[in-house]
Amino acid sequence: MAITEMEVKEIAEKINNKELSSLEVAEAFLKRIDTVDAGINAYITVAHSQARKAAGEIDDRIASGESVGEYAGVPVGVKDVLCTEGLRTTCGSRILSGFSPVYDATVVKKIREAGLVILGKANMDEFAMGSSTENSYFGPTRNPWDPERVPGGSSGGSAALVAAGEAPWALGSDTGGSIRQPAAMCGIVGMKPTYGLVSRYGLVAFASSLDQVGPMTRNVHDCAVLLDMIAGHDPLDSTSIPGARPCYADSLNPNVRGLKVGVVRELTSTGIEPGVLREFNKAVELLAASGLECEEVSLSSFEYGLSAYYLIAPAEASSNLARFDGVRYGFRAEGEMEDIWEMYDRTRSEGFGDEVKRRIMLGTYALSAGYYDEYYAKALKVRTLIVEDFNRAWGKFDVLVSPTSPTTAFKIGEKVDDPLTMYLSDICTIPVNLAGIPAISIPCGLSGGLPVGFQIMAPPLQEEKLLSVACGLESLLGFDEKPPALI
Amino acid sequence: MDYLTTIGLEIHVELLTNSKMFCGCPADFGGDPNTKTCPVCLGHPGSLPVMNRKAVESTIRLGLSLNCDISPRSIFHRKNYFYPDMPKNYQISQYDIPLCVGGCLDVEMEGYARKVGITRVHLEEDTGKSLHVGESGRIHGADFSLENFNRAGVPLAEIVTEPDIKSPEEARAFAQLLRSTIRYIGISDGKMEEGSLRVDANISISAGEELGTKVEIKNMNSFKALQRALAYEEERQRKVLNEGGTIVQETRHWDDAAGITHPLRSKEEAFDYRYFPEPDLLPVEPEPAWIDELRESLPELPVARAGRLKSEYGLPVEMVSAIIAEKALADFYEEALKSGGDPREIAKWIAGDLAALLNEQSVDISGSPVTPAYIGELVGLITKKTISGKMAKDLLKETFSSGKSPAKIVKEKGLLQIADEDELMSMVEKVIAENPEAVEDFKNGKEQSLKFMMGQVMKMSRGKANPQITSDLIKQKLS
Ligand SMILES: [Zn+2]
Repeated sequence: MAITEMEVKEIAEKINNKELSSLEVAEAFLKRIDTVDAGINAYITVAHSQARKAAGEIDDRIASGESVGEYAGVPVGVKDVLCTEGLRTTCGSRILSGFSPVYDATVVKKIREAGLVILGKANMDEFAMGSSTENSYFGPTRNPWDPERVPGGSSGGSAALVAAGEAPWALGSDTGGSIRQPAAMCGIVGMKPTYGLVSRYGLVAFASSLDQVGPMTRNVHDCAVLLDMIAGHDPLDSTSIPGARPCYADSLNPNVRGLKVGVVRELTSTGIEPGVLREFNKAVELLAASGLECEEVSLSSFEYGLSAYYLIAPAEASSNLARFDGVRYGFRAEGEMEDIWEMYDRTRSEGFGDEVKRRIMLGTYALSAGYYDEYYAKALKVRTLIVEDFNRAWGKFDVLVSPTSPTTAFKIGEKVDDPLTMYLSDICTIPVNLAGIPAISIPCGLSGGLPVGFQIMAPPLQEEKLLSVACGLESLLGFDEKPPALI
Repeated sequence: MDYLTTIGLEIHVELLTNSKMFCGCPADFGGDPNTKTCPVCLGHPGSLPVMNRKAVESTIRLGLSLNCDISPRSIFHRKNYFYPDMPKNYQISQYDIPLCVGGCLDVEMEGYARKVGITRVHLEEDTGKSLHVGESGRIHGADFSLENFNRAGVPLAEIVTEPDIKSPEEARAFAQLLRSTIRYIGISDGKMEEGSLRVDANISISAGEELGTKVEIKNMNSFKALQRALAYEEERQRKVLNEGGTIVQETRHWDDAAGITHPLRSKEEAFDYRYFPEPDLLPVEPEPAWIDELRESLPELPVARAGRLKSEYGLPVEMVSAIIAEKALADFYEEALKSGGDPREIAKWIAGDLAALLNEQSVDISGSPVTPAYIGELVGLITKKTISGKMAKDLLKETFSSGKSPAKIVKEKGLLQIADEDELMSMVEKVIAENPEAVEDFKNGKEQSLKFMMGQVMKMSRGKANPQITSDLIKQKLS
């Protein structure tokens, strides 16, 4: 079997018992990238030499008898929204197109400490704003299942590179569905942890109260392993949750009989593509047939989730993105300028893409004097209602389920001129971010030859339960389809 | 026409913490430009703020010192505006729920006291410093600007008063008392000249009950400048109104050299700051036990100390104000009192001659070569008439420069005052004999001649003659 098709576990074992060197593994994946990525554009930056150097160091440590981590030497792709010291970090934007961070994000530090080898930085919608990875200054990423289609977004690069075998797993970030929706569209597993479980330090902020880093993997086990590596309290992030946490990989228990599953009516009724709904329902039936109690539940506040999200996230973004001004780092417009205000205007006009500008304007408006109460404050109230709806549901259900995305991967260019339709792409994933709870998307079937994602949601900090249900469903489904275009 | 003046102050105090408000960089922002910076205080992508507990503690202590209530739950907001010395293009500050609310400070004036309400005390981060290069020296029209981010992220406490201040003199007295309070509790060095204490003022005048249009004044770099700027502005507004004009609500800049205020361009001011809760920080919820602990740890504050000195020792307001301004000076005073000397006399020497000497030599009271015990000794020598007041002045200078005790110097130099009447009488007789004109003048009621004869005796005794006895002897001899 080709190295690039091996399971993470297998790669790790082979490196540990010296059947494979870390460098061989890295070379195999780099070769795969060099072969297929021209057609997919999953990576913005491929770190050939840095990856080789890191892999070589792992090999040296193993050779000298040093004990390295269980997964040391396994390659990984990292979404280009996470700061990597000395490795260009662009956020898919012109404004950071030449930016090299002076520090590693906490999660990057953690995966480096675990011995993972960073192959490169994954493409994304500019500043994680988008659902198709078409809003990248570095060009769109193509879906390995059909190169004419988008991989979803904003972590489309991370999803596509895992699906295409350009790394065995990757890190993404999820603000309104940016891990789960592309995972669904690319037929992989993607998880957004509880807000605060994973440090945001070094994650370039889009919407601070919603952003969370998470794993994007080929299966649920790998997802638990990668989550184990990145989770935990970080004193550099005030919103990071203190206290001990379990080992998620060790506590995976696919036997979840008797658990109560709520099927969210608002996310399964209108606006869901028939093929998606069909595959979703089949999976629910499978769960029911395996001894889980499945029942429909109505969470009426979800109706306002999308609207609330498109006020809160742009509001925070309008402030978070103010620092990109050409003064201290990043792109600065050139030429004669009257004063600094013109420098700001031109730098930001030329440095940001349309979707980012659209959201900065939306957010600026929502926070403006006279509109704050009408928009931002009201959105916060909706957010509270959504949290309350979830809390009521947890009184009755262990987990909630829905399709991850209302559609399968759509054609490149199809929705680009229709932002509102594009925004609907995240309708099933947004309530999770607003409530700060964990959720996972696993592939549950194909519709028209394209993957369909199944979303499972759990109460805050119940990742163990969430991953166990996902693991159980994964084995019931036995989904092992691969992107046909690349076989 | 008579107008009532109404003044409110907004005061920024740079807190003396070891590290900045949200990162580990040192908060003493001197040194080479941009050497005390990190990804957090430079606003690098992905960096996040972590609250410095010491900054919260200092702000709470300040609030408690100003008799404020401490909010059980206080949050931070982002104040959004673009300026090159602000790395994130938003300032983390407080908005509707500040750390401390509703206090007051009693300012003792000559003959009355003014209670000044404290609206709020909140915590925020400082900006970097810009140097705009070009003719204007301002950001508008600058050729380029240089930025130093060493100060960016240094914690600032902002104090906002109620419009309770009625005159420029009260404003100055308030600001001085506030500075003393800040220094007593040790949260800042409170130097206006160096910008660690910055006072902005709002002033309006009105003919009746209804308040007039307020004008904000900035850029006062000393207490004197504060008073002058307000006095200027008071007069300017009075003229405008008397000439039938109206006051424009605006921000004006105090030009200390010219002694005038002039309007700032409004473009820099016309901002909608789009405040919203800072999502990167948790609310501050100080535990009541911690607040109690901080309250109990406060030293005796200037207001209380002034009250005590006044009632215990009967010192006049002006003298008390001078003594309590600095904690170290007040401590020095109370230490000197242990000598048992007259409290008024001791206060007079400390606030007068000693303060002048310290000032002249730029020495801090804590580094004074004259100890509290020496002052006690000096006053004791005067009281016992061992030396005259005139001698004491020179003696203090000598003590200051040599560090020797006054008693020792007196002994070494034989500076004992001559109080022996026989000895003095022989000198007085000699002076009378040698100055018949003066004697004639004296008999004709010319006061001046007495002083002249006294001076002659002093000269003869090399300053050692007891002035009171000498004067009595002259009068007795010529009557
Ligand atoms: Zn710093």
